[in-house]
Amino acid sequence: MNTGTNYDVAIIGAGPAGMAAAISLTKFGINVVVLDENVSAGGQIYRGVTTSPLSAKPQILGDDYWSGQKLVKEFLESSAERIAGASVWAVSQHTSGSEQSHFEIGYSVNAQSNIMHARHVLLATGAHERPFPIPGWTLPGVMTAGAAQSLLKSTAIVPSGRLVLAGCGPLLYLIAWQYLNAGVKIEAFLDTTPKGRIPNLWPYAFDFMRSPYFLKGLKLVREVKANVNVIKSLSGLVANGQEKLESVTFKSASKNQSIEADHLLLHQGVIPNINLAQAIGVTLEWNDILKCWVPMSDAWGNTNIERIHMAGDAAGIAGAWAAESRGQLVATDIAYQLGKLSLAQRDISVTEHRKVYARATRGREFFDRLFQPAQAFRRPTGDTVVCRCEEITAQQVRETVKIGCTGPNQMKSFLRCGMGLCQGRFCAVTVTELIADERGVSESEVGHYRLRFPTKPLTLGELATLPQTDESISAVVRLKKPV
Amino acid sequence: MSQLVQSLDLKNRCDVMRNIVTSDVIVIGGGLHGSSTAMNLAKAGAEVLLLEKNYVGRHASGVNAGGVRTLTRHMAEVPLSLASQQIWANIQDHVDDDCGFEICGQMRVAEHEADVKTLRDRLALMQSKGYTHEEWVEPADVCKMIPSIVPTIKGGLIARHDGAADPYRTTLAFRRKAQQYGADFREGVTVHQVAKRNQSWWVDTDAGQFQSRVLVNCAGAWADKIAAQFGEFVPLKAVGPMMLVTTRMPHFLETVVLGTSRPLSFKQRANGTVLIGGGHLAWVDRNRDVTELDFHALSKGAKTVCELFPHMRNAVISRGWAGIEASMPDGIPVIGPSGVEENLFHAFGFSTHGFQLGPVVGQIMKDLILSGTTDLPIEPFHISRFS
Repeated sequence: MNTGTNYDVAIIGAGPAGMAAAISLTKFGINVVVLDENVSAGGQIYRGVTTSPLSAKPQILGDDYWSGQKLVKEFLESSAERIAGASVWAVSQHTSGSEQSHFEIGYSVNAQSNIMHARHVLLATGAHERPFPIPGWTLPGVMTAGAAQSLLKSTAIVPSGRLVLAGCGPLLYLIAWQYLNAGVKIEAFLDTTPKGRIPNLWPYAFDFMRSPYFLKGLKLVREVKANVNVIKSLSGLVANGQEKLESVTFKSASKNQSIEADHLLLHQGVIPNINLAQAIGVTLEWNDILKCWVPMSDAWGNTNIERIHMAGDAAGIAGAWAAESRGQLVATDIAYQLGKLSLAQRDISVTEHRKVYARATRGREFFDRLFQPAQAFRRPTGDTVVCRCEEITAQQVRETVKIGCTGPNQMKSFLRCGMGLCQGRFCAVTVTELIADERGVSESEVGHYRLRFPTKPLTLGELATLPQTDESISAVVRLKKPV
Repeated sequence: MSQLVQSLDLKNRCDVMRNIVTSDVIVIGGGLHGSSTAMNLAKAGAEVLLLEKNYVGRHASGVNAGGVRTLTRHMAEVPLSLASQQIWANIQDHVDDDCGFEICGQMRVAEHEADVKTLRDRLALMQSKGYTHEEWVEPADVCKMIPSIVPTIKGGLIARHDGAADPYRTTLAFRRKAQQYGADFREGVTVHQVAKRNQSWWVDTDAGQFQSRVLVNCAGAWADKIAAQFGEFVPLKAVGPMMLVTTRMPHFLETVVLGTSRPLSFKQRANGTVLIGGGHLAWVDRNRDVTELDFHALSKGAKTVCELFPHMRNAVISRGWAGIEASMPDGIPVIGPSGVEENLFHAFGFSTHGFQLGPVVGQIMKDLILSGTTDLPIEPFHISRFS
């Protein structure tokens, strides 16, 4: 008998939120599975923290990174079942064979498709980098700072040759600092944070100064500025080159400037990874400060779909510490929903998690506003590619609005924009903003891509060999018996 | 009597004051059939207002497989389908857009002897009626035309002048042409209630009231709700045929391939992506415009494809979807005047076979509305067949 396919809770993602939730749930004696796309647990932030070749030189990545080891170890030692290298391509309810009590999760490991059932699903799918659509951003040699950091963490690979960093936000300064620690030379750091914002942010400044990130951040920025040519207040950023990146040009201090470069790392913040939530039908809301779509969930991580929960950055960007406490909070509520503790017990046991969460998110409003990417880097024009998969330009999107395409889904039908393998991850916010720009309306009014399964690509052969319906139905029936 | 007239006048004055939009014809539903009806009417000089609850081409019309098929049509549909094919042949002249239409043939393939018999019987029936557009293809010729198909194939039935078009682009082209002729398209307007008063149709929507002399029901999977308001109950079922599309693949297929005893529609588009459909159904909630793909059913479709085209095992699925369509129990649509009300017309219930008919249905509706008659045999499609 294969009892392994039925769970009380399935968690998607093994970052801080997913791991913390899994640990909490197992403490309540709940049957948990964690489906993780990565081979080793830790998510993006703690990627490779237990396997990284840099463990011999811990000072390169810094203490905050290595602090993740404790969480990962505790998670790996917990009774939560972990399925590594699993890409989840569908979560269904109405066609699951038992609509009332179960979700059916379709996933693949090593190109082998599988089905499992769970009563609750917790989406801890984290965040990904916001697209940075500038001319030339698709040239070889240009990559996101986050991807470069992943390479550094998991394989200790650093760029060779002339390196330029461009963009805004804490992560960009962090990776610059880590590269400096590793002895990597940075030709220039182009800080695209629009000037003159700080005077408007004084109402949020007090909280920010009490944020755990404040002093650390200040130290980091100071060290980067002391060692790297940091250029501020720039516009017209372009990556140039024929076959690959050759130079980076921009305008600063009313002068056109050019820097020869082999690598350009771009970054302007992270946005929630919403694809799975969206495909399941979780309501999305436009966050006008972070300029992205955020799946709606309440203080306990409940969504508009019963028994679909969200935690961590997938439910709104707040960072790793907040994600961990939020994972614990949501897990406690799921345990309550599963009858493992009373309402009163639930409320008492989350006091500490709430405190940690409040501390971790203190001052967030300040730097969310400070690091909001400049409009020019969010709403491209001309030949700048918007949809990388289908090579659709900003001009094409803008012109298509003019002939009557009023929303992103019509844009898909018309231009195939957002219809490539990335499922719109790299263009969703840009397309919404461009349409809003052309129509002169809000992003909320424009709306977002409708997203369908499979949320991750799978082969026809994988789908054809899916375990058959009868088995799935009997699997559901089995679980209905009292355990 | 004079008091009644007075009160009506007063009512009319109030309507004007309340800013009610009036038109000669109101079409409910901005799918291909609604847009084509609006286009044909506007072209003939009628004043047309079209109301669409989402956006034009949101459901069946925008996201279907794009098959332009006369092959193995229901016998009642054959004359309409052949007439529509003539419009398709000159679609550019019709709507100033080629609609992505290409003639590549559609072929139903026989996997075994039972399929061969089904297709041969069909061919004999067509020939007995004098139709020549369907032809038998010997197994060797099937393999020559479709080298990637499994060599055990037993033959096929082909319509050489069939093909495929881009459904969303087609629907938008009809809409644009309709607008050029002066039709007024209102999107995001949901019809709540329809009533006849004073020889006029009054359409209550979430965007106010609209009034017309003639009303056309092209509301697709929601059309039964409109018809029911006049006591015309139809056993319409809202269904969501599922589609899959792969990433781009090297060119290997010209013809649209259809299954005979197993549901399958298989087509490689010009951009290299492969479109897989055929009728496996999604879970549908038409009240919320929501569908959920049934992966167990899709798995069966995938199995059919892999068995017929072994190299497709490694094809990468990039997306799946389902549009909400109206299916009638006898497999043919409702086309024609209402059975109970004057100046009310229906055109709905086309699930999986409506796209090709769109151009001609618009002409039929125009003829019915403006001259009360049509040259094409539409009796089998009358709504009263369900009463």
